[in-house]
Amino acid sequence: MKKKVLLMGNLVLNLWDCGGQEAFMENYFASQRDNIFRNVEVLIYVFDVESRELEKDMHYYQTCLEAILQNSPSAKIFCLIHKMDLVQEDQRDIVFRDREDDLVRLSKPLQCACFKTSIWDETLYKAWSSIMYQLIPNVQELETNLARFAEIINADEVLLFEKATFLVISHNERRKHKDIHRFEKISNIIKQFKLSCSKVAASFQSMEVRNNCFAAFIEVFTSNTYVMVIMSDTSIPSELTLINIRNARKHFEKLEKLDKNRLNAGRQWRV
Amino acid sequence: MFKLVNMKYILTIKDFFNVQNHKQKSSKQMESHEGFGVSVGSMPKAAFSYHGEDDDQIATVLSSDVKPRILLMGLRRSGKSSIQKVVFHKMSPNETLFLESTAKIFKDDVSNNSFINFQIWDIPGQVDFLDTNFDLDMIFGGTGALIFVVDAQDEYIDALTCLHQTVSKAYRVNPQIRFEIFIHKVDGLSDDHKIETQRDISQRANEELHEAGLTDLHLSFYLTSIYDHSIFEAFSKVVQKLIPQLSTLENLLSSYVQNSMVEKAFLFDVVSKIYIATDGSAVDMQSYELCCEMIDVMIDMTCIYGDDESECACEQDSTCIIRLNNSSILYLREITRFLVLVCILRDEAFTKRGIIDYNILCLQKAIHSVFDVRTKLNKPNGVLPVEGMNSIGHLANSTNA
Repeated sequence: MKKKVLLMGNLVLNLWDCGGQEAFMENYFASQRDNIFRNVEVLIYVFDVESRELEKDMHYYQTCLEAILQNSPSAKIFCLIHKMDLVQEDQRDIVFRDREDDLVRLSKPLQCACFKTSIWDETLYKAWSSIMYQLIPNVQELETNLARFAEIINADEVLLFEKATFLVISHNERRKHKDIHRFEKISNIIKQFKLSCSKVAASFQSMEVRNNCFAAFIEVFTSNTYVMVIMSDTSIPSELTLINIRNARKHFEKLEKLDKNRLNAGRQWRV
Repeated sequence: MFKLVNMKYILTIKDFFNVQNHKQKSSKQMESHEGFGVSVGSMPKAAFSYHGEDDDQIATVLSSDVKPRILLMGLRRSGKSSIQKVVFHKMSPNETLFLESTAKIFKDDVSNNSFINFQIWDIPGQVDFLDTNFDLDMIFGGTGALIFVVDAQDEYIDALTCLHQTVSKAYRVNPQIRFEIFIHKVDGLSDDHKIETQRDISQRANEELHEAGLTDLHLSFYLTSIYDHSIFEAFSKVVQKLIPQLSTLENLLSSYVQNSMVEKAFLFDVVSKIYIATDGSAVDMQSYELCCEMIDVMIDMTCIYGDDESECACEQDSTCIIRLNNSSILYLREITRFLVLVCILRDEAFTKRGIIDYNILCLQKAIHSVFDVRTKLNKPNGVLPVEGMNSIGHLANSTNA
């Protein structure tokens, strides 16, 4: 099953969802091999953590890697150990470490990044954010500009989300935060809320959460992104921060347009 | 200043908490469960107050023996412990798969994190405790509501028999108990099937009661599931019946809504997402769900970015504003440590934010004084003069401004 996903306005992801049944798998490696494995930028391989046929899974995975090595050796490889919610919470880390070690070993000479995921919590967003991060061309430039922006408005933290998926594509923290998983948690929180909104046939435009120790603002930013600003100086009135965001918007829109022109006629990525 | 609210409700509080003094049978029959939460054995030392802003000073006369109780009963595997965990302990419904069978009566005192000043007793389903030497007088005597959980995905004939036995016994001990039947696990059923099941169960239950001659016994039925908001909605209704100040709160909210051009307002208990009062207009399930989601967003964000020292419950002066693309705004304001006001209003109405905020301030003071009155119960001359509902008479009217 093939799907075209438009991200960031000019990034077209060709997403090929390859069914996992044996018949398909045999087909991929035989007749369809060149067709499927050529010009691949990213390979995402999903493992079911509850699978009873580990040997077989590994065999198929390795066959994939061989095909990749032959046809698209520079592709980036991501392995998702999926359905982790079915494992007892205290076992999850151990099980994941185990699988990760195996996969890293088996993937040599290619390198793979492993993630434990579940559709029921934020771990899936972490995996996808990392994948996205690899795909966005001007990430460095975005980060420099965000740093400048955060500095000017005296924010603790500024995050940039991709509009459709709400994955964190860039961030700047001026003040250390202890929770390293907060990005995917926030993606999860907002996605959940978006889902509820869709049930009443609406979608959210902006959000402000504040109390006496912090203020968080989520606003539409450019045509393809949302921004989240965290302020710990609560004496600054909300309106001030919102004006700053509004003014920064123009600057970042310009950045995106510049980038669009640079990437001639929209480069197509095979995922 | 705020005049006091209708005295009718003060008298109701007194009646409601006027529990007969029952003989305490030996404690080995009712051991508390050390499991997940608070172990309630003897009387807790901390003040278990009606959590208002001055909750440190407010101490009630109630000891743990006479604290109002909600009993969760039903056959084994009907879903009682899961309900309790999901509603009061923020457990994700998926995690309830890992819960073990309840072995002993688990007395959960939720008033530490919640406005709800009740104990929830989770009675194990496999124990036919009506036959053993449990002190039924003591159990039922101090109970405000009995929730009987029926598994709608299973054969419910046995459940109905057990329901009838339990309800008749409880009624005989304490006719004041409110009986609430949760027709549970309906997430797997189609809408038609749900309605049919409810009709069938209610018909059979009421018939049995009629045959037994208990015509005064009233049963309420709710279709619930832990996988959506129906369980919170049902619990909201159950709890509302037990709060004596409900009408007062409803009147306050109605007055606020009219004066502030707000479409809908809910008074939520933050932790459990049970709404303890709303204004007079009808409750639309979708609006309620949206408000619940908003509370989740607020709490989750506060947990990540808020202060470390305080727990991830409501902080001081929490505010949340969410703008939707259909010109609606969701506005959340903290009222007390455990209660929040959630309003749904239009874009245009929000331009008069100053007035809305002033009205909320008045509302906040009024709600505090409603609960302050309870402490005056302890005075010997108890009864205060009956006053009209003019505690928020001077709410600013945003239509005139």
